[in-house]
Amino acid sequence: MKFTEAVATYDPALGIEVHVELGTATKMFDDAPNTFGGGANENTTPTSLGLPGSLPVVNGTAVEYAIRIGLALGCEIAESCRFARKNYFYPDLAKNFQTSQADEPIAFDGQIDIELEDGTIVPVEIERAHMEEDAGKNTHVGGAAGRIHGADHSLVDYNRAGVPLVEIVTRPITGVGERAPEVAAAYVRTLRDIFRAIGVSEARMEQGNVRADINVSLREGTDAPLGTRTETKNVNSFRSIDAAVRYEISRQADILAAGGEVLQETRHFHEADGSTSAGRVKSDADDYRYFPEPDLVPVAPSREWVEEIRANLPELPAARRRRLLGEWGISELEMRDIINAGLLDPVEATVAAGAGPDAARKWWMGEIARVAKQKEAEPAELVSPEHVAQLQGLIDEGKLNDKLARKVLAGVLDGRGAPAEVMEADGLQIVEDTGALEAAVDEAIAQNPDVVEKIKGGKMQAIGALMGPIMKATRGQADAGKARELILARING
Amino acid sequence: MADAAAITAGQVEHLAELARIAMTSDELEKTAEDLGRILSSVARVTEVATDDVPATSHPMPLTNVLREDVVGTPLTAEQALSGAPAAEDGKFLVPQILGED
Repeated sequence: MKFTEAVATYDPALGIEVHVELGTATKMFDDAPNTFGGGANENTTPTSLGLPGSLPVVNGTAVEYAIRIGLALGCEIAESCRFARKNYFYPDLAKNFQTSQADEPIAFDGQIDIELEDGTIVPVEIERAHMEEDAGKNTHVGGAAGRIHGADHSLVDYNRAGVPLVEIVTRPITGVGERAPEVAAAYVRTLRDIFRAIGVSEARMEQGNVRADINVSLREGTDAPLGTRTETKNVNSFRSIDAAVRYEISRQADILAAGGEVLQETRHFHEADGSTSAGRVKSDADDYRYFPEPDLVPVAPSREWVEEIRANLPELPAARRRRLLGEWGISELEMRDIINAGLLDPVEATVAAGAGPDAARKWWMGEIARVAKQKEAEPAELVSPEHVAQLQGLIDEGKLNDKLARKVLAGVLDGRGAPAEVMEADGLQIVEDTGALEAAVDEAIAQNPDVVEKIKGGKMQAIGALMGPIMKATRGQADAGKARELILARING
Repeated sequence: MADAAAITAGQVEHLAELARIAMTSDELEKTAEDLGRILSSVARVTEVATDDVPATSHPMPLTNVLREDVVGTPLTAEQALSGAPAAEDGKFLVPQILGED
């Protein structure tokens, strides 16, 4: 069924689980380095490997980061919480269990507002955020394209085993109708931005720092009970999240319209065509036999510690947007354009370095973005906010006009140094030598007697026809205001 | 609590499946009996635990045993793999994984 028809017929509900790898120096329960890349099995200790006799000890910084996340999501922080063993038999964790939290998450009952591209605000309720450890990485050998199916054996790298994770679970998100795909993607993007702002993770989607499992179900109407859900695992880009929700809504609508029943199962997302395919059916196999981890004592964050963390929480992205909107006096649409272009940081830094907000926005969103696209580079990698502010400063001082400033910027973007250096080296500064300007003005007047007559007759806009030859004669370096003054002085004098 | 301590062969079969252990029906019966006996012994604790004694997971009144986030000395890959029955390309080699696509 087409997506538009599906959402006209059924009411979709979403539930999203996001895992974020914390950017701590060490793992959750041992002091092995928490780093991405490197040689296989070089970042392990006996605890990461689940060797007999090894004992876990909780990473205090990971707990602090989990509390930061909880507070940023408007959650309550537990007075006391325990870790639990989630038992399962799969070689990505050598212990045969994952150390997680079951019914005592460190943070619970939160809510955040997410903003869609057109400015619509959707509140999302957070059920819980809990601490756990990541698993190692399996490589399946002998089957087609690394799939388990048909593999002869598997190879395991435990570098990632024990990396601290926080899993954030929403309550069902309902009533968003046809905007469900957009809401799902915007929610994960909002979390990603928060993780970065509060400094708990680099939150790089392409490195798997942030991973989303997307639950989708359909029901007859907004009063009906929630339908049977599917869980599409490990969807790791915003575009894929949008596509996966869209696909599942259409697929489930087909089944329901034909009188069938949606099977509760996990599904795999396929980047290539945006489809999902059946994975594991949820059944008795999901019997993890959780029990309290006897080797770890409860974590009971004191209220003083929680309040200290709250007080030191940096400004959150939504509050920052609202503040800058007021300070800069730009429209919400202009603000969204800056955010969608990923240029809020450099524009803010450029304003902080002394440029006006309009000028800062114009440079980054205009010429710099254009050149970055040509060079297939990130704008912020090509030029520093300080240099952009200096460039605007040269304009404000009257040393450059817009056209010359673009030439100077081109030199800066090519890595030729600060704006003032490029301006000097290329001799691009506006001509202040009145002699040269006067000569150019005299020449233009002499060559265009008809234009001069019009100006004498009161047609002031005809001055523009003299500016072309003047700019040409001064290689664009004339100050237009001064040239105009001179022209009028000559003609009327 | 005697009833709660009784373990059926069916429950043992389910546990064996979760633990990926193949067991014969004789083994299931015998294990059910053994586990039942162990549980009923432990269940005697409930005779002394009154309503004002909460379920206890940790006998020591300790909380917040936290570690500083400072990197120690990890094992070398060679050390990590030294106890593995089989290894390949610096990784642990495990038998074919069943049960999931």
